[in-house]
Amino acid sequence: MASGTIKKDSGFGIAQVILFISIAILVIFVAWPVLLILFNAFFVDGKFNSMDFYKVLTEPETFQALINSLIIASMTTVGSTIVGTFFAWLVTRTDLPYKTFMKSLFLVPFMLPSFIGALAWKMLLSPHAGYINKWFMATFNTTEPLFNIYTYHGISCVEVMYLFPFVFIQVCGALERMDPTLEESARISGAGLFTITRKITIPLVLPSIMSGALLIMLYSMAHFGTVAVLGIEQGIYNIPTLIYEKIHESAGSFASIRTGTVLATVLIVSAACIIWAQQKVLSKGHYQIIGGKSFRPMELKLRGLRYPLLFFCLAYIGFTILLPTVVIFMVGGVETYGLPLTWENLSLDNYKYILFEYDVTRDAIFNSVTLGLAAAFITMFAGVMISYVIVKMKVRGKGILEFLGMLPFSVPGSVIALGVILAWSGQFGINIYNTVWIILVSYIARYMAFSLKANSAALEQVHDSLMEASRSCGASMWQSLKDIVIPLVRPGMVSAFFLIFLPALRELTVSIMLYAPTTRTIGVAIYTLNEDGETVMSTALAGIALIIIVLGQMFINHLTKKASE
Amino acid sequence: MEDIIKVEGVAKGYGKHQVLQNLDIAIKKGECFTLLGPSGCGKTVLIRLIAGHEVPDAGKIIIDDTVVADSETGEYIPPERRGLGIVFQDYAVWPHMTVFENIAYPLKMEKRPKAEINELVMKMIEVVGMKGLDKRLPSELSGGQQQRVALARALVADPSVMLLDEPLSNLDANLREEMRFEIKALQRKFGITVLFVTHDQEVALAISDRLAIMDANGKIRQIGNPYEIFEKPADLFVFKFMGIANFVHATEKNGKFYVGNGSQEIPWEGPKGKAAKWVAGFRPSDVEIHREGPGLKGIIHRANFLGATMDYAIDVDDQSLRTEIETHTAINNNLMFKEGEECYITFKALHWFDAEQLKEVEE
Repeated sequence: MASGTIKKDSGFGIAQVILFISIAILVIFVAWPVLLILFNAFFVDGKFNSMDFYKVLTEPETFQALINSLIIASMTTVGSTIVGTFFAWLVTRTDLPYKTFMKSLFLVPFMLPSFIGALAWKMLLSPHAGYINKWFMATFNTTEPLFNIYTYHGISCVEVMYLFPFVFIQVCGALERMDPTLEESARISGAGLFTITRKITIPLVLPSIMSGALLIMLYSMAHFGTVAVLGIEQGIYNIPTLIYEKIHESAGSFASIRTGTVLATVLIVSAACIIWAQQKVLSKGHYQIIGGKSFRPMELKLRGLRYPLLFFCLAYIGFTILLPTVVIFMVGGVETYGLPLTWENLSLDNYKYILFEYDVTRDAIFNSVTLGLAAAFITMFAGVMISYVIVKMKVRGKGILEFLGMLPFSVPGSVIALGVILAWSGQFGINIYNTVWIILVSYIARYMAFSLKANSAALEQVHDSLMEASRSCGASMWQSLKDIVIPLVRPGMVSAFFLIFLPALRELTVSIMLYAPTTRTIGVAIYTLNEDGETVMSTALAGIALIIIVLGQMFINHLTKKASE
Repeated sequence: MEDIIKVEGVAKGYGKHQVLQNLDIAIKKGECFTLLGPSGCGKTVLIRLIAGHEVPDAGKIIIDDTVVADSETGEYIPPERRGLGIVFQDYAVWPHMTVFENIAYPLKMEKRPKAEINELVMKMIEVVGMKGLDKRLPSELSGGQQQRVALARALVADPSVMLLDEPLSNLDANLREEMRFEIKALQRKFGITVLFVTHDQEVALAISDRLAIMDANGKIRQIGNPYEIFEKPADLFVFKFMGIANFVHATEKNGKFYVGNGSQEIPWEGPKGKAAKWVAGFRPSDVEIHREGPGLKGIIHRANFLGATMDYAIDVDDQSLRTEIETHTAINNNLMFKEGEECYITFKALHWFDAEQLKEVEE
């Protein structure tokens, strides 16, 4: 029987085919649009022209946007790092009451899309119409508002509120994984707690703090929503908002596209530098922290400060999360913006109207849900395949794929949108501009990174020998994939699906540059309704979006909890 | 007996690191052949080449008269068509399938009828002593039980050859001993050829019909049955690898060999062949201790009671030797020495090696 089971190989390179498809996906969706941007930024009439690049860059408007991006990103980074590190330390290294609960509470800001937060703060703190400012001016009989949100400070504060969890998570992780014997041995050597913190703890977690800070820097520089909601009114533009303004107002003229590509190039280069710096920082910090194991670290006794600090944390969450959310739901319930928020003025009519009667919002919800589902499905499967090649396969030419696989992590949303416009609006034979398809294409590019991350993590858990065992049991490569690999990677795929679907539901940066009257998404509808002065409708839709997001998040938490059991 | 696996002139490297070079091995039908070598020597690579999970850079592999890999013609038969059973070091039992489903998988791939699969799997579950556990998931099994599942899965489709890659190294000592007898019993029962890879010489001696000793550079030093390997080592590497060994430097004067730089002649026939310097190799159990001469005079430097045996470190002139003697024998023959006492030793076995080889092994 043995000789019967040994058959000749039919011999064709499945591995090469998969590698080729994977490379093609990343090239078409990510690399090519980015290349088109760089090409358009540096080539004028088919000739390389760096002087022109410089000229565009130094135009007052462009230059100001660059400076604004830097200012806002710097302030946001510093603020988020301080806030994030402080709270991380509080919930890991002190005897704060209800620490575990507080830790999960600090992750809630992740759920609130920052442009919805910005919308709420606009209603609370806009200099003349904001509820808090109005109350302040009426009570103290002055014409000076308490705080003007339409400023650099205002924008940065709002960004800090919703971005600090990036630092918080990283630092929490580092503090939890840190070997407590490092601190204990310092203590035995006679160092006081202050010295230990300064000489041992801070240097050890510094790489994590830095890495979180850089992540926020990257995010903030390329961040559209908050600046669009709070800055444009006062003429404060950053890079993404100026790209949007340019593309939108001049309806795709050459000059505006060029300005856009130049700005996008600046974003690409900064993103690349930031990612490079982050890798550098992280690889340096590697040896210091013991991975995997959880220890019980030294806790600082807060004594009398325990409850005041707990109260402070709760007040922070109440002020940054609860208050804006309540305002969104209440304003969404009044008949016209500006009416006092009393019980008599509140009703569910707006919500009913936008859900069942108003075309714009009904279409937007439908578009976002279908786009989110489609993008999540496609990106999930593409991500599994690409991760499989990167993590598991041994084929020549894999290096190209590994490099291309890094790209989605470092390309900001507004860059993707611009690149997609350049690639898919007819110059290369396919014109899907002004259709939902162009939004779908850009979502795939934008969320590929999430899918690659979740799937490669899952694939790394599947030991090679499991697949080899099935091959030796007589299963072909496809059969082994189907019977062994896919079932074991399924949790990773499910989490990739939701990691894409949920953010896609609330996406704004990309869709705002690509939407047509019939292809608005939820984010676009909230933003444009607000721009058009339909504040109440916009806010009501934001409320609905929040409900969908929270329900979705609860569903994911439920799933991941079940998977880990 | 005919050869069932032939490896001819095989080479394999990763980047600059050359693991195997010009390797030849032939495994006979029905035998239990062990590949024994230190970890990292390339024995796992060889098993992966035979299984088809790696492709050789050079050379040819033949299974059952079929060329399965030939670097010259580019011929390559994928693992699923080689008809082999494999047991991996980490068992590679699929965590999402029950014991039954794991074992049934090879039969399902052969598209056997359901009733037959059922019967064969249940029989196999009984053979490996897992009756009643067929509906368990691997996470509900101990390491030894997972190992049995892996064995059953490798055997169920009645392969002509079973490859075992360090299958016992993740088990505790007791279980390891039990499993090695069971593997041997299964091999006899099914009459299949087994290629066993391990770094544990005890397991290798216990289980093999023949074994090959591989050095850290992936070179085969000796092939033979367990007695040949243990009693007639081809070189110092093999001798040292097969257990605790003493090496005594010898000085030659007028065709006679003396311990170290001393004046006592080694009581054993001198070496044949040529070498600049010689060492005498012997195991603790090769030494006989006496209260009185003749023999090499030594001083008990350290006496350790290990239960079943007494372990003596003895200084003979400038050399230190490790010896052992059964406790009962020692008591009955007045051979319970104290530290500092005088003794005489003779040899039951002794091997001469070129002293150059010692340098190489100690590197």
